[in-house]
Parts: sequence; structure tokens; C-alpha cells
Amino acid sequence: MHIKTAPGIAFGALSLGWLLFAQIQNQPDDGQWVMPAKNFASTRFSTLTQINTSNVKDLKLAWTFSTGLTRGHESAPLIVNDTMYIVTPWPNLLYALDLKQPGGTLKWTYSPSPSASSQGVACCDVVNRGGAYYKGRIYYNTLDMHTVAVDANTGKEVWKATLGDINRGETLTMAPLIVKGKVLVGNSGGEMGVRGWLAGLDAENGKLLWRAYATGPDKDVLIGPNFKPFYKQDQGSELGTKTWQGDQWKTGGGTGWSWISYDPELDLIYYGTANPGPWNPDQRPGDNKWTSTLFARRPDTGEAIWAYQTNPHDVHDYDDVNENILLDLTINGRLRKVLAHPDRNARMYIMDRATGELISAEPFAFENTTESVDLKTGELKLNPSKITGSKTVRDICPAAPGGKDWQPSAFSPKTGWIYLPHNNLCMEFQGTQANYIAGTPYLGAKVRMYPGPGGHRGEFSAWDPVKAKTVWSVKEMFPAWSGTVVTAGDVVFYGTMEGWFKALDARTGTLLWQFKTGSGIISQPVTYKGPDGKQYVAVLSGVGGWAGATVAGGLNAKKDGTAALGFGNAMADLPDHTTKGGMLYVFALP
Amino acid sequence: MYLRCLRNLHSYRLLSAGLCLLAFSACQREKRELRPSPTRLVVFSDAARQSDIQPGGRQSQPVVANPSHGSAYEISEGARLYDWYNCSGCHAGGGGGMGPPLIKTDWIYGGEPANIFDTIVKGRPNGMPAWGNRIPEYQVWQLVSYVRSLNNLEPTSATPARTDTIQQDTAGLRPRPTGVASSGVTK
Ligand code: HEC
Repeated sequence: MHIKTAPGIAFGALSLGWLLFAQIQNQPDDGQWVMPAKNFASTRFSTLTQINTSNVKDLKLAWTFSTGLTRGHESAPLIVNDTMYIVTPWPNLLYALDLKQPGGTLKWTYSPSPSASSQGVACCDVVNRGGAYYKGRIYYNTLDMHTVAVDANTGKEVWKATLGDINRGETLTMAPLIVKGKVLVGNSGGEMGVRGWLAGLDAENGKLLWRAYATGPDKDVLIGPNFKPFYKQDQGSELGTKTWQGDQWKTGGGTGWSWISYDPELDLIYYGTANPGPWNPDQRPGDNKWTSTLFARRPDTGEAIWAYQTNPHDVHDYDDVNENILLDLTINGRLRKVLAHPDRNARMYIMDRATGELISAEPFAFENTTESVDLKTGELKLNPSKITGSKTVRDICPAAPGGKDWQPSAFSPKTGWIYLPHNNLCMEFQGTQANYIAGTPYLGAKVRMYPGPGGHRGEFSAWDPVKAKTVWSVKEMFPAWSGTVVTAGDVVFYGTMEGWFKALDARTGTLLWQFKTGSGIISQPVTYKGPDGKQYVAVLSGVGGWAGATVAGGLNAKKDGTAALGFGNAMADLPDHTTKGGMLYVFALP
Repeated sequence: MYLRCLRNLHSYRLLSAGLCLLAFSACQREKRELRPSPTRLVVFSDAARQSDIQPGGRQSQPVVANPSHGSAYEISEGARLYDWYNCSGCHAGGGGGMGPPLIKTDWIYGGEPANIFDTIVKGRPNGMPAWGNRIPEYQVWQLVSYVRSLNNLEPTSATPARTDTIQQDTAGLRPRPTGVASSGVTK
């Protein structure tokens, strides 16, 4: 992966005039897939056009590969130098498949042997969101708090770094991003009273270069003189301790378990921190900074440049970890470098990514928890009747997994739209007293979720980030819990939790093709050019994750709706529709 | 007291397991007035067996008397402790989550009182914490009884009607059986 900052050429013809494709141009599409989000801008857009709206109906299964595992498969296959790499859920195997051989022959398997006990502290199934390729190595995380670097040719371990301790309830599930020789990794465990962080490791040897905590003193959060948040409520010193009572920030959450983007021109990385702990907000008065916050940092040092707390004193488990797609858009006649962030609170935040100024923040899914976002002051106004605490509150929409959870969206510069797999869930929330015991859940809430208005639990929609509104939307019976990929052939792919892998027309949302895989799909589809010059589409099937725990974990949600932190109630019937089992499916035109 | 019991238990190796455990549970009752000790060294021998195969032919499984069995008070204490020790965080109200469901017919590690006692004290390899140093023994038995009561393995006379934590009939909140089929485009 050699990402150059020199301007590219590829896109002029495809542009609509009002878009600038700096990030995409910087990474001319060579048919490979070297990081889960495809590129630093996290667009999940492929320039390949062989498969397009007119021929996708003929797409056929080319080959399959069984991972031999039955928990939730969330990762994106990587394709580098005619080899496909697959990272599995725990025990976090890395498979290398030779694409030059018919049917993708297994080259080698690397096994990091993570602790079996780590499975018990993983909040929402033992998933892994994938690896990343950088200079001849595959980098990824193991559930039991290790980051590994593996030689991409031989499968030999180059280094293995220990980043934390499962005895504190910490795990690693996210896909690292490698920027300028730094492997960026964030922890999971927001449901276990973990203190969240994002770390930068030396890609060469795994040495810890910096660690930016989400809570605590400025020196731990890596806030210094260059920290310039746009809005007043995020300005000031030591907010990571002052917005908490006593030592609560030490068990306050704000983990970094999801996506990171990078803008090489501004030299800033973007990511969001997760929910504060415990869930019961009455036990942690204050704004609880810097949980549920968007951060811009320097990749070399971790130094914070700006921050915006999207959900101050979160009362609904609205993590802020969802992806940030970096786009250059002309809005109100002005070319803006923006980030697009579909938040758990069901609003699509469009922000100036240089400064952290809000441009728009409109709902993309049904919600009743917030009233408005003041673009001048950055203030989020909550609906007072939906504020939780040590009491019972009903009909909260969206539910804890949000209008959208981790399932990453995609952006097509051809249509100018963001493709959003998302949820339609509501919940009732009863606050209880949480008791902190390190390594066990720190929740203080009994939750039950159920389908939102209309009775469907998921949606797949196209969003116009300039007009800040939905263009089209397709309903799904279950939450649309898979990622998505959109191509220059104007086809957008995603999977459903029943197991359908679908291709829609990116312009109209019309279903053009579908294939029923063996298990529900909650992973990230990719597309690539094979050694034979043909375009392929690959996706892992294998239900699980938080949404699929009723199947992957064999839960008994029919008898107890609070199973899986309340998601069980909404997914009690998933076992009637799909069974578990991890399998890779690769498709091509005949 | 408890340790002395165990020492006895070891020195009279020839005693049947049943007798040992009688002595052991008698000690347990005495102990209740004393400061509770951690549960570290309990030896159940064959009573916490996890295999249905016994070389040479099936033997009947020795029974360990659960001192909390059938006591409404102990079971309600178990319910309280189930939340206090965050069992509920991992197992929910028995439906499961990070840990497997505890309302079940197919136990991974056995559903006899001695098995569940072992599970709690020693932990289990795929992520069940080992609570031996943390939970006093009499509380472990209370938890055992509560977990068994979720499966109607305690006398109904001692088992409280399950409290619905959110006081609402949530059956209506379940997805309808047919759900909503994936459907066409809406604009
Ligand atoms: C951090 C999460 C966690 C906590 C806290 C926890 N458990 Fe578990 N528990 C697990 C996991 C994971 C397993 C499955 C272990 C395995 O399969 O090896 C398990 C297994 C069990 C089993 C065995 C089930 C079977 O089918 O054999 C019982 C019984 C049990 N737990 C009871 C409890 C009780 C009682 C508590 C509170 C004292 C508790 N657990 C707290 C995660 C947890």
C-alpha cells in the first residue's frame, strides 16, 4: 500500500462538478482492497465497472471457503498481490488464500492463540472487524488485547504487542488503521467500566508510541496548547476530570472500538469515542468528557487538535464510534472539507473537518430522543421525556444500538450519496444500581428493545449529504447489520441478517440481484480485480455480533427479553430465520 | 472451621463422599454466624462429575446436599446476589448475553448443585470468571439455588414468581412472528 499525497487523475470524468475527490484520487484504484474502509477517506467506493447495473443480474457464485467457526463474522476480506486475507472472530485466525489458484487455495493459516477467557468479557459476541495491509505485513487485533504483525507472504508472526488486560474487562475487536508507519488501535469494553483509549504503535516493531485516553487529565487525553475545539462547551482545561464526580472517569468508558479515518493533507485522524459507563446516567453526573465525542488528532503524536462531544452525558448508550467519511463537498456555494458521521443518535453530522464546525445534523432514521442540534452553539437538545436514569422510561427511539451502529456506510462520488445500512429499533430502559467489579459488566440498566414504527427492524438508504436528506430507502425485516460497498458500476452491495446478499441500483435503490448465503450476513463486503482480470465481489456470511447474539450465542431471548443487553427481545425470532456458520462467498460474472 | 472440616475430609479419605459432604454442610451451617471465608478448597470428588461415561460401567452420582435448597429466603438472597455480583450483566435475567443462557435444558458443565457450585467457584474456560476468592461459600450456594430456580429445579413453594423488572407486559413488544418481509423502495 503506497499512498501518495500527489494529486491523481482518475476521477474528472465521473465527477458531478460540485464534488472534489481528493482522497479518492490520492488512491488510484488498482483493484486491491488493503484496508477495511478501502481508503483513508473511508468511502468504500470501488472504481471497478465490469459488474454494473445492466449485468449484475447474471452474477454467479465463483467459490467459497469455510472459516470453520460459528460466531459472528464482521470482518472485511483484504486483497493484496493476488492473495486474500481473512481475519476470523475469536480465536482470531488469519487465513491467506491464493487467488491465482482456481477456487482460492489455502496458502497458510496464522493462529495467535488468544486466551479463551477473553470470550467472556467481549460485550457483544467475539467479533473482529478485520486487518489492514501495510508494507508487506498484515496487522490486526486479537480479542485478548494483542496487536499482531504478520508477514503477508509467509504467515510468520513479526511481532505481537500486549496492549491491556482482559481482567479489567478490556478486549480488542476493531480493525487497526495504519497511518505514516503508525498502527492505530482502540480498546473495547465500554460495558465493563473500562477506561477508553486510542493508541499509536510503531508498525516496525509494535512499540507503543502514544496512548490517548478518552477520560482523565489533559495530559492523559493528549490535550495540549494546539487543542482548539470549535464550541464553547468543549473548550477549557481538564474537562476530562472536571465533568465527572471524583474518580468516576477512571471507570468511565469512552472506548475506541471502531473506525478511524485519515486526511493526509490536514494530517489529521478522525474517530469517535464510545459511551460512558455505567449505562445508568444518574450514577455519573456531569458531561462525562470525553466520552461519546468526535476527535481530530495528529497521527504521529496522538495530540488532540479538536473535539466535539456529540452526546454530552449520554443517557442512551449512544457511542460515537461510527465511521467518519471524509469528503470535499460544495455546500451553499462553498467548497468544504467535511466529515460525514452517521451517529448512534440517528443524526448525520456533517462537519468541517479542519475546525470541527457543524454544517448540518439532520436525522437519517426515526428518533424521538433529541429535539435539535444548534449549529451555532453545537448544543444538542434532548427530549426531556426520553432521558433515562434510575427509573423506567419507555418508547425510546432509537434503542441503544442507535439509528446506526458500527455497520459502515459507503459514499459514491458518482451519485454524491452516502449508502447507509441502519436500524429501526426502540427500547424501554430501566435504570438500576451498577456495582463496579473489575472484569465484569458495569451497566446499571435493564433494557428491552423492539422494532420501531412500521415493524421493520432495519433499513438501507441513500443519503444526500448536501441536501441533508434521504433519497431512497429500502426496508429490511432485521437490522441492516452489514457494511456496504458501492462501485463505479453504480451497484451497491450489502447483506441481511437472514443471509441474503443483495445488489441494488445505487441511483434508485431497485433490487437487481440477490443470493441466499448459508447464514446471516453482518460483515463488510468488498470488490476486487482477480489475477484473471475479472471483477469479483466477496463477503463473509456468519451471523452474530450484538444483533445476532440470539443465534451465535444460543441465547434464550424468548424467555428473557433482557438477553444481550436487551437486543435479545428484538431478535428473539432470528433463530427461526437463520443458523450460525462462517463462510466466505466470492461472486463473479460467468 | 471450614478449613478444619476440609482437613477432616482429607484425613478420612475412606469415608464415602456422601458422609464427607454431610460433615461439610454441617460445618457450613455452623459457620454462618462467623465471618464468611472465601471459597477456595472445596473438593466434591465425583459429585461434580461432568461426563456420562464411567469406565467399567455407570455408577450412581453421589449427591451433594445444597444447604440453600428449598429455602425461599436463600433463593431470594441468591436473586439479589445475582445482580450484586454482576452475574446479570453477563447472563441477563437468564437469557444470556456475554455468557450463555442460564434458563436452559442443556447445561455445558452440568446442572447438578455441585456442578453449578464448581462453575461459580472455579470459573469455566470460555470466559466464566472464577469467583472463589470473591464470594463466600454460603452465598455461592444461594446463587446455585437461584440459578436452579430459574429452571424450576427448586421446589415451587420456595421459588418466587419471576419479577418482571420492567413492569409491563412485554410480550407485545416482541416482533410479530412473520415480521416484515424485505420490501421495495420507498422514496
Ligand atoms: C464476565 C461475564 C460473566 C460473569 C460476570 C458471570 N458469568 Fe457465568 N459464564 C460466563 C461465560 C462466558 C460462561 C461460559 C463459559 C464456558 O463455556 O466455558 C459462563 C458460564 C456459567 C455457567 C455454566 C452454564 C452451563 O451451561 O454449564 C453458570 C451456571 C454461570 N455462568 C453462572 C454465573 C453466576 C451465578 C455468575 C455470578 C456470580 C456468573 N455466572 C457471572 C460469563 C460470565
